[in-house]
Amino acid sequence: MDLLRQITEKPWLPQDAVERLHAERAIAAPAAKIGLRFFLAVVSVLFLLLIIAYAERMRFEAWRPGPQPVLLWLNTALLILGSVGLQWARVAANRRQIDGVRKGLMIGGFFTLAFLAGQIAAWRQLSGIPFFNMASPAIAFFYLITALHGVHIVGGLVAWGRATARVWRASAVARPLQGSVDLCALYWHFLLLVWLVLFGLLFSGNGNIDLLLALCGFR
Amino acid sequence: MAYAEPAVVDHAPPAEVPEVELYHAKTWLTKYVFSQDAKVIAIQYSLTAIAIGLVALVLSWLMRLQLGFPATFSFIEPADYYQYVTMHGMIMVIYLLTALFLGGFGNYLIPLMVGARDMVFPYVNMLSYWIYLLAVLVLAASFFTPGGPSGAGWTLYPPQSILSGTPGQEWGIILMLVSLMLFIIGFTMGGLNYVVTVLQARARGMTLMRLPLTVWGIFVATILALLAFPALFVAVVMSLLDRTVGTSFFMPHIVEMGEQLPYGGGSPILFQHLFWFFGHPEVYIVALPAFGIVSDLISTHARRNIFGYRMMVWAIIAIGGLSFVVWAHHMYVSGMNPYFGFFFATSTLVIAIPTAIKLYNWVLTLWRGNIHFTVPMLFCIAFIVTFLNGGITGLFLGNVSVDVPLSDTMFVVAHFHMVMGVAPIFVIFAAIYHWYPLISGRMFNQALGLFHFWVTFIGAYLIFLPLHYLGFVGVPRRYFEIGETGFVPESAATLNEFITVVALIVGFAQVVFMANLAWSVFRGRVAGRNPWRAVTLEWQTAEVPPGHGNWGPTLPVVYRWAYAYSVPGVEDDFVPQNLPPSQVKAADPSARAAE
Repeated sequence: MDLLRQITEKPWLPQDAVERLHAERAIAAPAAKIGLRFFLAVVSVLFLLLIIAYAERMRFEAWRPGPQPVLLWLNTALLILGSVGLQWARVAANRRQIDGVRKGLMIGGFFTLAFLAGQIAAWRQLSGIPFFNMASPAIAFFYLITALHGVHIVGGLVAWGRATARVWRASAVARPLQGSVDLCALYWHFLLLVWLVLFGLLFSGNGNIDLLLALCGFR
Repeated sequence: MAYAEPAVVDHAPPAEVPEVELYHAKTWLTKYVFSQDAKVIAIQYSLTAIAIGLVALVLSWLMRLQLGFPATFSFIEPADYYQYVTMHGMIMVIYLLTALFLGGFGNYLIPLMVGARDMVFPYVNMLSYWIYLLAVLVLAASFFTPGGPSGAGWTLYPPQSILSGTPGQEWGIILMLVSLMLFIIGFTMGGLNYVVTVLQARARGMTLMRLPLTVWGIFVATILALLAFPALFVAVVMSLLDRTVGTSFFMPHIVEMGEQLPYGGGSPILFQHLFWFFGHPEVYIVALPAFGIVSDLISTHARRNIFGYRMMVWAIIAIGGLSFVVWAHHMYVSGMNPYFGFFFATSTLVIAIPTAIKLYNWVLTLWRGNIHFTVPMLFCIAFIVTFLNGGITGLFLGNVSVDVPLSDTMFVVAHFHMVMGVAPIFVIFAAIYHWYPLISGRMFNQALGLFHFWVTFIGAYLIFLPLHYLGFVGVPRRYFEIGETGFVPESAATLNEFITVVALIVGFAQVVFMANLAWSVFRGRVAGRNPWRAVTLEWQTAEVPPGHGNWGPTLPVVYRWAYAYSVPGVEDDFVPQNLPPSQVKAADPSARAAE
């Protein structure tokens, strides 16, 4: 509502010049956090469009649901644990406990790497099935979407690596450090959420997305 | 209610937020090449965009030579012609217009106009440029690959774009798709900077509604681009996989040269939806910064505050929002449910409302203004007229029943060149002439500027008005050669010759423009501070051109909006945004009485 007030002002009317001097920020958050939020919006649009493309493709001929590697359930659990680790680090950073931050980051990083390894294992499993064919849309979508999600995770790991290096050098939790850990945790939770939506709708059988399409009147 | 300065003491309380540490380059290389200064990045963006834009300009001459004088130039084969069309369109829309408005003007003007020292993430900003340059180089490299660049048309519709009958099917299309991916990644880095800088790095006193409309235009256009480019990204990645690893996202069962291809079941229409979900907002990604710049320029050169500032801001936001729900009007002939056609026709026509508000407000700003017919002002007026022309033909084409017969004719070519080719280019010229004294510290040559304006303005109309007519008589677009038909009169060929000659003349005028800029950098009259007597912050810097960090030791404090021109009761006809109220000189009442 504050933004709404800001864009309904009448700047041509006489104003108390001094009173207005403190309005330099539109949103009360650090620039990096706003930047990350906008980036997450961009990534949301990307994955939303992929889901729409998948659903649209399902309506066409020759659609066969892809095989569902059971491994994905385990991978999902690993990513959840990764997110838990980052949340641990975030809470510890807020309490200024450097040891807790270190442990949280380590746990988060470990399980995230394990998730990536699990995804690669799932790729290999899938490529080994009889009648594997890249022209099969469900298989192609699986590789494309998991690869894009994985690339975003790898990008997150770069930021995580920088934050971890800083934590190791630091003796106490300073404000910029707390900011980096906070951003890492936000990014991890977001990518977990994206994965849960992708897994729930597309890669754990197509029942859910079928239901969603039926509710929207497309089926 | 008349504008008046409030009678307050202008003491500025201490800043609540400490200044951010600025990156200071130490070597020549980090100062001018791998620079993190938004002004240097802006110039790098602009020069790269103009350089690749010149390639597209030359391609348009080659196309015109073929259309005007078919069967004359033996070096232009049908395949070449399609490559010219494709590369001309893609370069102009993405690599020139988008990059120049957002990467060029956005980088230069946002920090200066909002009163910041630089962008909020300077390192990411630098990366943005280098990735953009890489994208341009990858695209340009396709000219030198076996088979040449893609000839799929700038929309790159599958299945045709990746089948062997299309020129550039071997490497051209792959490089084009990779280049687009790079462009989008680079743009996203820059775009995050522009948005966050506008939101979080404004000088004290610079409320959102005191921002110049240029910043509003670039800000909203950037948000559009951030949300629309992912659609192109998805389309491009999927197309690339179809071409390289044999997936069938967009490829249906298809027989090529009597042979059944391994593809099957893909949906070409899905590509069109994704492409145009990006493609239509793209029109406004280019138009909104142009709208903003024109608003500021006509206000400055007519010495009058912009009419209806709030409406202008809201119209920019409304146009931005609406631009996401009109995309399928590019696909009427692809076939769709009639209810969809009705919806998209309606939403398309609704956009005319906020756009018309802006047009009326520009005209009302000029009304009884103290208009100075400077070169930037002439280009702005040319923009208003041209945008109106192109916009009105857009209303024709927005209707399904009118669009279907006119689709794929020269009428469409004329329409989109008027509305998103010529009109924004006029604004780019206006903006370059307007800010040239700030960027270079010198004035351009006025006579050459006027020559450039008149030849370009009249020439553009001589080129594109007849194209509407050619479209009406049924001359199709994308044809290498029309040959003899029962419906195209012979006079169309004469008209085509005429258009080609004019296009070459207009092209020559651009050489004069660039020579003027290059010559004036060294020999132009020293501009001094604020030669246009403008109120916005970028003209109020301590040095001209502005130095590293923009503002010297202290950041500016803003006391009023960006349109304090001809304020009643004030001596000067402009009051800079950062001039404290106590220093505003009141007009001498005796002088007024003598008048």
